[in-house]
Amino acid sequence: MSMEQIYEEAIKDPNNQPKKLLRKAYDGTVIAMTYAEILLNRAIKDYGEAQTIGYPDTAYYLPVITCLSGEKVTKLGELVPILNRLRNQVRTELTFENARLWGESVLYAAEVIETIHYLRGDEPKVKPWTGFLGDPVVRKHGIKMVDWTIPGVAVVLGRAKDSKAAKKIIDNLMGKGFMIFLCDEVIEQLLEENVKIGEDYIAFPLGNFTQVIHAVNYAFRAGLAFGGIPAGERENHRDYQRRRVRAFVLHLGELDDVKVAAEMGAIFMGFPVLTDQTLGEDMQIPDWYISEPDYEKLVPLALEVRGIKLTNIELPIPVNFGPAFEGETIRKGDTYVEFGGGRTTAFELVQMVGPDNIEDGRVTVIGPDIDTVPEGSKLPLGIKVDIYGRKMQADFEGVFERRIHYFANYGEGVWHVAQRDLCWVRISKDARAKGFLMKHFGELLIAKLKEEFPAIIDRVEVTIMLDQAAVDEGIVLARERYKARDDRMRSLTDESVEDFYSCLLCQSFAPNHVCIVTPERVGLCGAVSWLDAKASHEIAPNGPNQPIPKGLAIDDLKGMWQSCNDYLYKASNNTLEEVNLYTLMDRPMTSCGCFEAIMAIVPEANGLMITTREHSGMTPCGMTFSTLAGTCGGGMQTPGFMGIGRSYILSKKFIPADGGIARIIWMPKELKEFIREDFVQRSLDEGIGADFIDKIADESIGTTAEEILPFLEENGHPCFGLDPLM
Amino acid sequence: MPRYRDLTHTARPSDAPRVVDPKNPVRTSDPGALQMLKMLEGKNIETVFDRVVAQQPQCTFGYKGVCCRICIAGPCRVKKEDGPGSRGICGASAYTIVSRNLVRLIAGGAASHSEHARHVLHTAHALVEGHAPDYEIKSTAKLHKLAQRLGISTLDREDKEILKDVVELGYADFGRYQDRPLAFLDSFMTQGRRNKFQHTNVMPKAIDGTVTELIAQTAMGVDNDPVNIIFGGIKTALADLAGEYVGTTLSDVLFGIPEPIVSEANLGVIDPKMVNIAVHGHNPVLSEMVVAAARKMKAEAQKVGAEGINVVGICCTGNELLMREGVYLATSSASQEMAIMTGALDAMVVDIQCIYPSVQTAAECFHTKIITTEGIMKTPGAQHLAFKPETAMEDAQKLVTIAIEAYKQRDPNKISIPNERHKLVAGFSIEALTDIFSKVCPERPISVLTDAILSGQIKGVALMAGCNNLKRSQDESHIAILKELVKNDVFVIATGCSAGAFAKFGLMSPLAVEAYAGEGLKSFLKMLENANPQLTTGLPLVFHVGSCVDNSRASDLAVAMADELGVDIPKVPFVASAPEAMHEKAVAIGTWCVTLGLPTHVGSLPPVEGSDLVYGITTQIAHDVFGGNFIFEVDPLIGAQKLLNALEYRTWKLNIHKKTAEKNETPIAQGW
Repeated sequence: MSMEQIYEEAIKDPNNQPKKLLRKAYDGTVIAMTYAEILLNRAIKDYGEAQTIGYPDTAYYLPVITCLSGEKVTKLGELVPILNRLRNQVRTELTFENARLWGESVLYAAEVIETIHYLRGDEPKVKPWTGFLGDPVVRKHGIKMVDWTIPGVAVVLGRAKDSKAAKKIIDNLMGKGFMIFLCDEVIEQLLEENVKIGEDYIAFPLGNFTQVIHAVNYAFRAGLAFGGIPAGERENHRDYQRRRVRAFVLHLGELDDVKVAAEMGAIFMGFPVLTDQTLGEDMQIPDWYISEPDYEKLVPLALEVRGIKLTNIELPIPVNFGPAFEGETIRKGDTYVEFGGGRTTAFELVQMVGPDNIEDGRVTVIGPDIDTVPEGSKLPLGIKVDIYGRKMQADFEGVFERRIHYFANYGEGVWHVAQRDLCWVRISKDARAKGFLMKHFGELLIAKLKEEFPAIIDRVEVTIMLDQAAVDEGIVLARERYKARDDRMRSLTDESVEDFYSCLLCQSFAPNHVCIVTPERVGLCGAVSWLDAKASHEIAPNGPNQPIPKGLAIDDLKGMWQSCNDYLYKASNNTLEEVNLYTLMDRPMTSCGCFEAIMAIVPEANGLMITTREHSGMTPCGMTFSTLAGTCGGGMQTPGFMGIGRSYILSKKFIPADGGIARIIWMPKELKEFIREDFVQRSLDEGIGADFIDKIADESIGTTAEEILPFLEENGHPCFGLDPLM
Repeated sequence: MPRYRDLTHTARPSDAPRVVDPKNPVRTSDPGALQMLKMLEGKNIETVFDRVVAQQPQCTFGYKGVCCRICIAGPCRVKKEDGPGSRGICGASAYTIVSRNLVRLIAGGAASHSEHARHVLHTAHALVEGHAPDYEIKSTAKLHKLAQRLGISTLDREDKEILKDVVELGYADFGRYQDRPLAFLDSFMTQGRRNKFQHTNVMPKAIDGTVTELIAQTAMGVDNDPVNIIFGGIKTALADLAGEYVGTTLSDVLFGIPEPIVSEANLGVIDPKMVNIAVHGHNPVLSEMVVAAARKMKAEAQKVGAEGINVVGICCTGNELLMREGVYLATSSASQEMAIMTGALDAMVVDIQCIYPSVQTAAECFHTKIITTEGIMKTPGAQHLAFKPETAMEDAQKLVTIAIEAYKQRDPNKISIPNERHKLVAGFSIEALTDIFSKVCPERPISVLTDAILSGQIKGVALMAGCNNLKRSQDESHIAILKELVKNDVFVIATGCSAGAFAKFGLMSPLAVEAYAGEGLKSFLKMLENANPQLTTGLPLVFHVGSCVDNSRASDLAVAMADELGVDIPKVPFVASAPEAMHEKAVAIGTWCVTLGLPTHVGSLPPVEGSDLVYGITTQIAHDVFGGNFIFEVDPLIGAQKLLNALEYRTWKLNIHKKTAEKNETPIAQGW
């Protein structure tokens, strides 16, 4: 179905258009276009046409314009013909068809207005307000958008009938895992109600008025970064938005002309608009501009109109639950009780058990639960999860054990870091006040494990130990299992297995991208290991993770297999023919867009550098993470550049064809610290010395090749002795 | 999006009638004027109130702003929603016609205020040049403060030298062609406003040029983009504010900074035993001299049998003299004819603005002499005495002489003076207010006000301003809104005929505090009084800050509060209201109030309803762009509710922003 066809049903009789709404939209368009023009020409007067412009931390220039018309705007003067073209597009006849074009024009106008705000440094944003969201933020949430952990995107603007009602809507959306963009006073309402909003909660308070364009800037970059759709393919980008970005707009509070006009822009992208205002027929467009004054019905109706079906189950716990809370930090002052983290003994263990040794659904708490301990307590903790399933394998224990981390963090007021006997858990005062107990911790694990892995897990039982003696006893058993698992993992190498696994999860967003996951190469998102992929295949045999029987290698060193090539060709929609798994330089693996880190060659040093999403600064290849990511996303092979999961750096199969870790000449300090311990071990294994990590430059040494070369030379970095990269 | 705490309020006005009781000629609530009307019963004397009734029903095309008379192919009216009838002959649609008509009102307002300012400026110039022997620099302190604001050096310089530079800069502000901001605007703004005006291209570069440009912009066949036209209007409104700044600041330099002063108001101040001279209009340049001349000429008055000379004020000339000299305020705009009808007014000396042409007709029934004094303001049948700064005292004495002569012609049978008069305290320049606050907190005087708002003791600040508009009973809306505001603990400052109304009703008196102020406001005023034992006058319920050019003082207060709070004006709990707006000047003032970032209530609808776009910009989008918006509401009680709600809304938001900033350890958010 073409984009225009989807609107056909809306206006049954072209002679009977919802004129009142359309007039409002038209008026708003006139206001927005002229306001943009006034700001633009004043800015040109003040700065000159040659003034450089752009948003921070993006490789996509002004994303709305990049996306829709392909102009890579970097100079102020370039906006004049663009804005004029879009002014010209505004026709006065009041029809829905014209209204969508007005909407498109208003998207441009808002982009121009916001660009000038950034140029002038008007109203710099402070936390939690975000303004423009940089590429790293877009990429960070890529994986959750593609696996539908984030089932949709809600743009909420205006102001709810009261703050409590605003909270209720947002809690509801957060509980469902939505990505949320907020604009105008609904933000203050949520702040008033202490609703957790901000970058950490995937609920972005953008700002006011035209700043809602930053939701559009976010969405359009998905098509550019993940979809691999070239800049300027307007219809393909619209189609991508409609198909892949399951967004809708909630307009709360009194309408005004400019908002209605901007909402025509949302409709132009394929997103319906719902409002809490009571509107007559001449103020509505069926399926597209909808009045629903009943707050209880607003969100369900939005989901229905946008075609979002939720599979999530309701959890029997007294706190909110969803990916929105994954980034939530619980500071010491907010902690009611904590466990582990070196302060007390703690462990967590998932173990496979036989059908007779388990009572499905049971949670046993050994020792007094947290309602009986005073605030500020530090308790020992043992989390033992017993799983029985006909398709369960011991190999999956680690996979599921890692899930404890995600599931726990999805709970509002529950914080979990690290793993195994290093785990560290905090429960907030807030959560406790709402009645959260460790019993609920067990219940949420059972519910989520069964929900996400129904094909493997038949029965789950959880034992929560809060008693020192029980924990001391349990940890001994746990450590035995960890050791056995480590031994098994060591034996799991690319050579030792029969099958690799594909991962096409990201194809919902990056249609030509193919990840091949091997025991020694984690997916570039960092979230899918070979065991994860294997387990996922068990759950959904026709799902995104398919076994690729390895067969004989064509090239052992570079890591090319016929089987992988065959799979790649089909899975990439016939766009890619060959792939090497062990090199960066020759037909390397593609990147979808949600990579944790990127490596890129630095020819001057005959080596390569790695930068991460977290590092926003400049790097020796002359590009920031955002710019680099813009060059190698979207399912393309880009020799010399590759997105990777961070832990791949520690793999024995880290680009062996290019010389392995000895090639690394630069990493951000933060990454160094993150991998230090294991990296030192790897360096010893490779025979390049425990101090190799200190021979690698970082941003404190320099951010250009010239700056770091002397450092590398002085420290005797091995890169100079390796074969030439190019 | 509505900008009220309570979301049952919207940007739309209520259904209240636009003209209340259109056939009733008793259209005043002023007790003095009511008594006067009673006394006039059966005398067949025409007043403004009769003419309001005669004008009903008024033209709805004009009322909504969709009547275009800019070229003589017209008049054209927007008659239909679609088709040829929805546009003028040239094709101008409703939004073009409405916006053009609207901004031409602003041009008129700006021209008026700047005319007033120009006159003060010329006088100061004549003083510097040595041609105005009757004037002096009365406030060196103000001159120095002003010069420093304007970036003019004061170190080791003669006052006249400094004033010369100030005057030159003032002249430059009237006629500049280079793209540089108006000094008399730019120097008084917050950094945030300065940036906003620059970035949105509404910072004027010259007062005269801006008015001219707007007329050219809105001529037939030029600008028809309503947004561009409105931005032109906004620029002109800011030029109006600059004119007001010139007027206020230089008047303070020449005639002194107002200080708390006791006086009386309403028609009862006209004294049958005295030669009564009313000074009416707006400009203190002449009227200050009349006051001085009257003081000198007591003996002449006594010669003709009077006890002395009683100068009384009407309208904003009255306010100017009340603020600085404690001259009695006889009455305000809509009841100006009533002063003549007392039969005891010997002369009415007028300058410019808000002077009803009918005063001469009314005077013909009595012995009263009307004397016009300005080249641009003459009345057939009235005497004209061209007033010149060079011969100011001489001119003033001639005027007083005319009054004394007229006194002889008084007909005792025609004398009927209402016995309505009220004590009041006025004279609250920002300097005076700051001085009062500084007795509580010498380091940060304005924090006394802002802290009281943040603590909830008072709800915020309201400027009440503007004219009389007889679509409702005179002064009814001023009084009703004031009472609601003070009852709900709002700190109210007033100018123009709004201040006049309060003075006439006895609400500008310390006595009114007990009767009308809410507990919070009462305790706040009490606290100020206790800290200021030197103020023997006590503090009034509402603070008179001056004439309508002195709305610039309100701008000063808003700026000072913003700076104190570390935010820009749109976040300051400060509202403005013109409950009975009438003059073009009110449209200009209202527009700059909105542009400064204030919610601005207008109790009489300007001609904007013919275009949803223009209505939407003024009431909604203006807030998104500038942080202020118009509140159009004719029902005073609903208007007051909206003002209170707008204050609560601001405090609510400000507190959330403050809390959020503390929690995240960031500076306070700048958005509004």
